[in-house]
Amino acid sequence: MSDLLHVASSPHVRGKDDTSRIMLYVIIGLLPTTIFGIFNFGFRALLLVLVCIASCVASEYIFEKIVHKKSTISDLSAVVTGLLLALNLPHTLPVWQAVIGSVFAIVIVKMLFGGLGQNFMNPALGGRVFLLVSFAGTMTNFEFDGVSQATPLAVLKGGEAVDAMSMLIGRCGGTIGETSALCILLGAIILILLGVIDLVIPGTYILSFVIFIILFSGHGFDTGYLVAQLCGGGLMLGAFFMATDYVTSPITPMGKVLFGICLGVLTGIFRIFGNSAEGVSYAIIFSNLLVPLIEKVTVPRAFGIKRVKKAKGGDN
Amino acid sequence: MSLKTFKGGVHPYEGKELSKDKPIKDIKPQAQGEMVYPLSQHIGAPATAIVAVGDTVLRGQKIAEAGGFVSAPIYSSVSGTVKAIEPRRVAVGDMVMSIVIENDGNYIETGFEGCTDVFALSNEEIIKKIQDAGIVGMGGAGFPTHVKLSPKEPDKIEYIIANCAECEPYLTSDYRSMVEEPEKLIEGMKIILQLFPRAKGLLGVEDNKRDVIENLQKMVASESRIEVVPLQTKYPQGGERQLIYACTGRSINSKMLPADAGCIVDNVATINAIYTAVVEGKPVIDRIFTLSGEAVMEPRNFRIPIGMSCAEILEAGGGLVKPAKKIISGGPMMGFALFETNIPTTKTSGAMLCFTEDEVSKYETTACINCGRCVEACPEKLIPSRLSKFADNGAKSEFEKWYGLECIECGSCSFACPARKPLAQAIKTMKKQVLADKRKK
Repeated sequence: MSDLLHVASSPHVRGKDDTSRIMLYVIIGLLPTTIFGIFNFGFRALLLVLVCIASCVASEYIFEKIVHKKSTISDLSAVVTGLLLALNLPHTLPVWQAVIGSVFAIVIVKMLFGGLGQNFMNPALGGRVFLLVSFAGTMTNFEFDGVSQATPLAVLKGGEAVDAMSMLIGRCGGTIGETSALCILLGAIILILLGVIDLVIPGTYILSFVIFIILFSGHGFDTGYLVAQLCGGGLMLGAFFMATDYVTSPITPMGKVLFGICLGVLTGIFRIFGNSAEGVSYAIIFSNLLVPLIEKVTVPRAFGIKRVKKAKGGDN
Repeated sequence: MSLKTFKGGVHPYEGKELSKDKPIKDIKPQAQGEMVYPLSQHIGAPATAIVAVGDTVLRGQKIAEAGGFVSAPIYSSVSGTVKAIEPRRVAVGDMVMSIVIENDGNYIETGFEGCTDVFALSNEEIIKKIQDAGIVGMGGAGFPTHVKLSPKEPDKIEYIIANCAECEPYLTSDYRSMVEEPEKLIEGMKIILQLFPRAKGLLGVEDNKRDVIENLQKMVASESRIEVVPLQTKYPQGGERQLIYACTGRSINSKMLPADAGCIVDNVATINAIYTAVVEGKPVIDRIFTLSGEAVMEPRNFRIPIGMSCAEILEAGGGLVKPAKKIISGGPMMGFALFETNIPTTKTSGAMLCFTEDEVSKYETTACINCGRCVEACPEKLIPSRLSKFADNGAKSEFEKWYGLECIECGSCSFACPARKPLAQAIKTMKKQVLADKRKK
């Protein structure tokens, strides 16, 4: 035994999952709705997906080269950001705008705050909102089957009825990845089975949103209206894929619940009382900002610590 | 069969099949070899040597006296001559004052006085026998057993829990002793129950040891006061607080003792030692030891005289089949990495594992993505990623506020972390600093 032995503090074994594998799982979870989006909107959708992913990965790589940091593109998080951003864009968006959105998402929202794990808001959503305020026209131009039309949510806000069934399947206008509630749910089930996300945040989000809608929308308990509200806009995509973003959601178990409720209430307020029909992006970004506060008030009690702290101590 | 467990925990690769079917084999260190007995192999005051260099000793002869109530005496496990009393390196890396005995290879015993009628013994007599035998928590903690068995309010003890979980990967010593000599465990449990007439005995066994569960259930079928509790196979099922919760639903924190929840927890090896001490009159001089890992020629279970060097045990197992990169005293989750094998076994050493790869050193630490896997894994409901950040920043008050001192150092968080961050390591270090500060005050 001439070789030196490795000495380190325990534990001496590690689990299988690492960051890039988790990111790969997320990409797999996003595939159903991506494929449906491409099928629904055609070649432009595929083009935007590829452009966003490529420009996200490239901007992360170039940024890290410039600041002399080790490249982190192999962790696949930039791919996830690019894909999510593309799914949040209308397929008619000019390519150069998509590139700007991607660069903004990676460089401004993510890298300037310290890179993966340090950003305080979801980069993809940051990119989307940036595009939304910069290019309001092209970002809200939704075409379906070659015809410009209002999204079902906008129709709903106008007081008209929509076909809830087609919204569930996703044969309607909207951004590339948000239209099909079924495909999003399929992806979510994959992620839940792979242990990447759990139902706490999406569940509390959707539940509190439903309660808010029933109480304040003026429609009461109208199933058709509820389904349309749930399947319309970015709610499903946001609840399962963006609100659950690890970095920008609370880590404390109670914090997750509180976060979900915040999201539900804010989405409700924006959709019912706001000017725009859509409110998920802003609700998530706003709640992202509340995360440090939420975590502060939800520090969990450790195992065996009673509500009223016992002063009785042992002698160890 | 419903399996009891706790919340959190992880599922490391078990690796028990390497040695689980290997019967316990007695090994005797060679003549003229050195046996080393550190004076501090338990929690509490170090023992005081009562032999001098040049003295001849017999196997089973007391060579060091307990240094106080919370302490334990030490016995020679071989016959031979005291060669030196000097500091020697132990598994955790420290130098500890030790008695070194040259083994004459004859194993002449002092003669042990057994006891035929345990029921005739008074509680004081039983505790005295346990104390004199030098029994300490042999699962690894090394807390003197007679202290554990003398709680302030004995009437409040409702459960005696035998820790038969053996949740650390690769270890099979408890398993083998439960397969080969289960009567010792049950008789030992009965002796403890004799001390606590109101208590019930629970044998908590993980369900990866089905055969043991079934056999023990058969054996205790006629015992009204002993029950087998099948537990889910999950690390750290054998953590004291986790085991108490799984078996009784009660939870304790770091400021409480198991006795505060009406429980006393003892490991299989400890209970076997109680049986040996009370019935056979034999002090703690031998123990069951697992030698395993992919680098070992012949992984197996041994009955070793305590004090034997790890290097010699490795030789007895046929040596290394491949060069070892990492050698661990204890299990892979909580054991200590050794930088040499020439260290003595003590009352608390249950295993040595030799690995051809140090998988941990291959991994590169990446940024925390706040995924919360450490939170899910933590059996103490802590937020390890945050605690490790506080540790890195030296934020002691924040560390305490987020219950850092409740950490049981099980390592589940580091195991689960996809960014491969050394969470448990950072928290352990910080915990030591905070506790040291507290002692200063």
